[in-house]
Amino acid sequence: MNFEFTEEQKMIQQAAKDFAERELLHDVIERDEKSEFPAEHIKKLAELGFLGMMTDPKYDGGGMDTISYVLAMEEISKVDSSVAVVMSVCNSLVIWGIETYGNEEQKQKFLRPLASGQKIGAFLLSEPEAGSDATSQRTTAEDKGDHYLLNGTKNWITNANSASTYIVIAQTHPDKKHKGINALIVDKNSPGITLGPHENKMGMRSSDTHSVMFNDVIVPKENRIGEDGFGFPFAMKTLEGGRIGIASQALGIASGAFERALKYSMERKAFGTEIFNHQINAFKLSDMAVKIENGRNLCLKAAWLKDQHLPYGTASAMAKQYCADMAMEVTTEAVQIHGGYGYVKEYHVERLMREAKLTQIYEGTSEVQKIVISRSLLK
Amino acid sequence: MKILICISNVPDTTTKIKFVNNTTFDNAGVQWIINPWDELALTRALDIKDAQPGVIETITVVTVGSQETEPTIRKALAIGADKGIRVNAEPKDTFFVASQLAEIVKKDNYDIVICGIESSDYNGAALGGMLSELLDMPSVSAVSHLDVINGQVQLKREIDGGQETVEAQLPFIGIVQKGIAKEPRIPSMRGIMMAKGKPMEVFEGVGADSFTEFVGFDMPKPKAACKKIDPENVKELVNLLHNEAKVI
Repeated sequence: MNFEFTEEQKMIQQAAKDFAERELLHDVIERDEKSEFPAEHIKKLAELGFLGMMTDPKYDGGGMDTISYVLAMEEISKVDSSVAVVMSVCNSLVIWGIETYGNEEQKQKFLRPLASGQKIGAFLLSEPEAGSDATSQRTTAEDKGDHYLLNGTKNWITNANSASTYIVIAQTHPDKKHKGINALIVDKNSPGITLGPHENKMGMRSSDTHSVMFNDVIVPKENRIGEDGFGFPFAMKTLEGGRIGIASQALGIASGAFERALKYSMERKAFGTEIFNHQINAFKLSDMAVKIENGRNLCLKAAWLKDQHLPYGTASAMAKQYCADMAMEVTTEAVQIHGGYGYVKEYHVERLMREAKLTQIYEGTSEVQKIVISRSLLK
Repeated sequence: MKILICISNVPDTTTKIKFVNNTTFDNAGVQWIINPWDELALTRALDIKDAQPGVIETITVVTVGSQETEPTIRKALAIGADKGIRVNAEPKDTFFVASQLAEIVKKDNYDIVICGIESSDYNGAALGGMLSELLDMPSVSAVSHLDVINGQVQLKREIDGGQETVEAQLPFIGIVQKGIAKEPRIPSMRGIMMAKGKPMEVFEGVGADSFTEFVGFDMPKPKAACKKIDPENVKELVNLLHNEAKVI
């Protein structure tokens, strides 16, 4: 057992912190208000190698471990979750999926530009009527011999407009139910793809979320990941790792709000003393600190298991559920500690509270995580 | 062309400063960083190397300190320096450090040696000048821009009311200040990974005098409470600034 980070891990944590404070903080409120995608910020993040930070260097990735990824995600999310979610989708879902299950040709063609950050990816699973119940895919990938014909609609797609490479989950053999589902790599510029309007969200407003419509989109057969019918296990395995990213994001939202609340509590005076000196606030901050530490340990444990090539599905579900719910609690208290100032945008904590809510919903709701965790108890 | 950058290992600028017995800096729990002026010097050297890759052969960083300073050197390597050197000696005072660095400069044919104008911990602002004297090398202080044009070094210095441009003979020592680079570089994932494989040489320190010792440190007085004055009451503001704060 060793709780000490390596020199590289500390350096990555500091690099992410510096990036967040130097490049993201100055206009995060404005971008959130305007729902403006942080294209330039993402470009710089990509140049530093954060979008493919865990990918094998032979495919132009950073070659870092999952612990480093947790540390970096926390630091970026303390400041701007709309940027952190791009990092999570690229690293955990799209890039990891292709690197782990794609063939060599697919890695050379699609993984390299994604891992080096030249291109952004998106993961298209959710549908208007298939969110938590991912087996009920209505989007079809009809087998036409040398290609698939893709038809249907995907919902709530992060990076839908900014991505160049999509991984689309679609049904090829409806009679086989979830065993007939495939995962296809799709060029976003393929004829027949249209995007719905940018979603006007409560939080993470500058993240680029749209619905995506497929109308007779031709996808070459060689773009299928794995064997015919591998799409559902592919999606589930990929989401296991995705949960570590979102758990770390929720952790960062919570610790970002906590740091602001702590600082404020030592500056703001009431009844002749800093409000930290009122026990009710000191104890609130103490509770927040314990919860954050718990969440961080869960994230790091899941990451450590993944790095050791041990099963991490339950650990990542625990981290995701706990951190998302904890982020909601901690950010709400952070707003409370700030009082009226917490309710205005300038102090950031109201935005962090809005961002926290999404972590309880996307990439598997807290309720779905409880299904995963409870099922593992009987094994 | 070879560049040597002298970097100092200093506490993070947000560190809460404490002392033991009022004579020794308490370094428990302190996070160490590259001295900000030295980090900007490294950034500028890397900018020049990127712009003229054939002209700048290597960028080496050197620090004087124990093994605990190696993460700071490693960070400089992650940012882009090619080689690191650590002089294994406890830095006692500026003359002692300058004496160690002089030995390092003599070991190789460096064309440009760069030092930050001061370190953010003790703010001695004397190292570059001492090094120049010890090595009998020309130096230019308070440099805010450094460029290599056709193998010649061109420097700019901020002077009262304007700026002067200076050309220097090589080898020389540049003592750089704020403005030498916009902001330090953030190491990339690739840089961090490659830093592990870059050379880091360790030399034992040479015997050298130290002419000063710390007798005591005094913390600044705590900030006084803020006084609020009605915007209409300019007279009162002027009165307080004149008689109490004594700034006008």
